[in-house]
Amino acid sequence: MTTEYTKPLPIPGGLHGTTLGDFTKPFWEATKRHELVIQRCRMCDRFFFYPRELCPACLSDDLEWAPVSGRGRVHAFTIVYQPNDPRFNEDVPYVYAIIQLDEGARMISNVIGIEPHDVEVNMPVVAVYDDITPEWTLVKFKPA
Amino acid sequence: MTMRGAAAIVGFAEMPTRRTYEGRTALGLMAEATRDAIVDAGIRKEEIDGLVVEGGSFYPAPIGEYMGLNPNFVTGVSTMGASGATATSVAAMAIYSGLATTVLVTLSEARQAGSPWGSPATPGLRTEFEDPYGPAVAANTGYGLMYSRHMAEYGTTQEQLANISVNQRFNALENENAVFRGQPLTIEDVLNSRYINYPIRLLESVMPCAGGSAIILTSAERAKSLKNKPVYILGAGIACDPLSGWQRERLTRSVVTRSAPIALGMAGYGPSDIEFAQFYDCYTILHAVCLEDAGLVPKGDIGPFFASTDTTYKGEFPINTDGGQLSCGQPGDAGGFRHVIEATRQIMGRGGVRQVERNDLCLVNG
Repeated sequence: MTTEYTKPLPIPGGLHGTTLGDFTKPFWEATKRHELVIQRCRMCDRFFFYPRELCPACLSDDLEWAPVSGRGRVHAFTIVYQPNDPRFNEDVPYVYAIIQLDEGARMISNVIGIEPHDVEVNMPVVAVYDDITPEWTLVKFKPA
Repeated sequence: MTMRGAAAIVGFAEMPTRRTYEGRTALGLMAEATRDAIVDAGIRKEEIDGLVVEGGSFYPAPIGEYMGLNPNFVTGVSTMGASGATATSVAAMAIYSGLATTVLVTLSEARQAGSPWGSPATPGLRTEFEDPYGPAVAANTGYGLMYSRHMAEYGTTQEQLANISVNQRFNALENENAVFRGQPLTIEDVLNSRYINYPIRLLESVMPCAGGSAIILTSAERAKSLKNKPVYILGAGIACDPLSGWQRERLTRSVVTRSAPIALGMAGYGPSDIEFAQFYDCYTILHAVCLEDAGLVPKGDIGPFFASTDTTYKGEFPINTDGGQLSCGQPGDAGGFRHVIEATRQIMGRGGVRQVERNDLCLVNG
């Protein structure tokens, strides 16, 4: 009854194995609950994203996962017509954006629920959750 | 104490950029360019005691082995598109420091037919926080984001930046090494070309190509006795920031804000002294931002600048006089090396039909 999701899943890895290991797990466990949590450094009190073993500002390892509002703004965006991965061809054109969360950290996501060319820089957005498989939920954003 | 004027480029060679060099190897292309650069410099091959190459894809030793070199100082630099300019700076550093006297810098990309990209593009770290959202092809994503932000912050328009592609194409029309030679371009052509990812259109992006080139640097003293007019390295600056655009504090500011002042300070010149410029141009928007960040154009004014300034080789401020990567094609990480080569060609007075009049002081950006 459900159609199979064939696009890339958020499996840890990346260049140089940037996110290999278990330390990104709390993020994905939260999205599955339709919640957004990101890392906060207890030493310098900054939120940051993507998840790291150490705070990129002060290199402290005294970190915690803290809930954030899911509200933010479109910091910058691009409308993809030619994806890197052909599995996204069926979705073009779609919006790939940097979202600046109200708490300060930035993340990459899609802006959905709006015509791509109506998206504007600094537009307020709010998180929505896309349960792409029973195991994985992506956080996306729609106009607030 | 700096390396100002300690080393000079005394010879160069550039193979024509093509869609592919079918059946050729990257090492073979480097060897051919090196042979021609040695002849151009008028040195003996045995004089080369230093080798600097692109180090993200190649080790220096096999390159030296392939062309029968036994250099002392070797290293690979891995600053992606900036590798050509970085390698040139490192070669000058090696000469200045006494590690070598005559250094070869060579880069190439063979790119066989059928391969969509010469080497895998790296638009970011490609982690689970990017890939599931569908980045655009090649390195386009980050530059599309930079473009939309620059438009929002400064009112820059696509029509203004289209002048970059158009002016560079004019410069390439009679360049026998340019893949798009003899094919004029208008603003309308650029604005009517398809989006790869808004705001980036096809004709604001480089085309992946194959090619190879080489330069020979030597000490200022040795340079005096060689046949070519020495092209002295008066200053250099290198800077790095996060690979992923979204991890940068200011998306519309490049590392040139830090590297250009180092280079200019070492040389003892200011931006207004620069007579012509060869600037990295994988996409119009990065080219635009780097020109601003070098202080050649006030921050945010790059749109009006290109709308009102003739930047062709005939114009008041010539930029990318060979057509740049946008019109010559981009042989992978060797692409940015062409800016070093063309600056050398112009300063030596060997620009041919596209020779600029004021050719003593060039600012090159990788």
